[in-house]
Amino acid sequence: MLAKRIIPCLDVKDGRTVKGINFVDLRDAGDPVELAWQYSRQGADELVFLDITATHEKRKTTIEMVKSVARQINIPFTIGGGISELKDAEALLNAGADKISINSAAVRRPELINELAEAFGVQFVVLAVDTKNLPHGDVVHLNGGRIPTEIKTQDWIKEAEERGTGEILLTSMDKDGTKSGFDNVLLKQINDMVSIPVIASGGAGNAQDFIDVFQQSDVDAALAASVFHYGEILIPELKQLLKNNQIEIRL
Amino acid sequence: MIGIVNYGAGNIFSLTAALERLGLKYGMINSEADFDLYDRIIIPGVGHAGTAMKKLVDTGLVPKIKSLNKPVLGICVGMQLITDFSEEGNSQMLGIIPVKTLRFQEEICKKVPHMGWNQVYPDNSCPLFKGIKNETYFYFVHSYFIEFNSKFTVAFCNYGIKFSAGIQRDNFYGVQFHPEKSGEAGEILLKNFAHL
Repeated sequence: MLAKRIIPCLDVKDGRTVKGINFVDLRDAGDPVELAWQYSRQGADELVFLDITATHEKRKTTIEMVKSVARQINIPFTIGGGISELKDAEALLNAGADKISINSAAVRRPELINELAEAFGVQFVVLAVDTKNLPHGDVVHLNGGRIPTEIKTQDWIKEAEERGTGEILLTSMDKDGTKSGFDNVLLKQINDMVSIPVIASGGAGNAQDFIDVFQQSDVDAALAASVFHYGEILIPELKQLLKNNQIEIRL
Repeated sequence: MIGIVNYGAGNIFSLTAALERLGLKYGMINSEADFDLYDRIIIPGVGHAGTAMKKLVDTGLVPKIKSLNKPVLGICVGMQLITDFSEEGNSQMLGIIPVKTLRFQEEICKKVPHMGWNQVYPDNSCPLFKGIKNETYFYFVHSYFIEFNSKFTVAFCNYGIKFSAGIQRDNFYGVQFHPEKSGEAGEILLKNFAHL
């Protein structure tokens, strides 16, 4: 059976991890390579790096970081943030990234999805969607949920699938940071609608939230950041618990 | 020492990184003469099988590859290349192992690409899978698969349909998953290949 995936997400800036990381046996909490290695040892199925480097010049450090990660870890990883052209994606591919995630740039210019899929294959293209529930429905937001668009989330995801995205990373801005659980209703709706893998993001607060998201929405993967970084949820224990709840998991 | 056939089909950074981590020496094969420098050969590959085959043909290395009697390992699309035929672009492949590469059909009611960790059931007698237990998870990313064949399948996987996770004919081996991304299990497999 294909296992459900558990994915820690790391924010990186200028080649260093940001946000507090609270691992006991970590020598350098800002070192993305060491952190990635720790997570792979703990049984993470995959990693996502979100690059929040502001300037284009400093993006060279991101490429170096991706190379270091690819050299050291033996599980797949995705890198996202600031990718708006084919050459950005190609540089990351050549540095060893398994997948890239695109967000705002694809909303602004949807053809980017077709171009990336054509050039590197659908398996390389993850579409990240930040969604918020407004009175008239679920709406795509840009810039980390700050800017609403006119686009309905469901319509955008359907279009992106047709254009050639290989996977959807759906973040509920209503849930993100609340620790009140994933947006299982929306996730189920989206998951039933598409025939590509869906990663749930936003709202993980405790282990039960992961059981709920897999049981209620049947998504392929669940992503979280702070609950893993602060050690509030330990991946080996989480995976055992999921397994005990008859959820297909790689131990 | 392992030679990697360099025909421009996708990125091989992760593969070479894995070999380096394992302390396995490797080099690139760009010409027919280069094959003599190595005692085992890897054919990597990602992307479109038809396009990959065309690139491989363009190198002029196909006759040499077919004549090899050293251990050869095709990975992912590299595995599909050693079959007869792929439905991806309806392309003729190398024809080293007489099986077909097919697309996952909608009838199986599964998501495509088949992406993530799935369980593999190896044939214990195949040296490539030595020390790898039944139901071990490997990392897969593919939309096309090689049909199950009782003669040439040395490891199978289920995804709505039973398909070949590993195939072998004589010195030619192929794996559909990515050993370089499959944690410890993948590392065992790469080491097994290096010691065949």
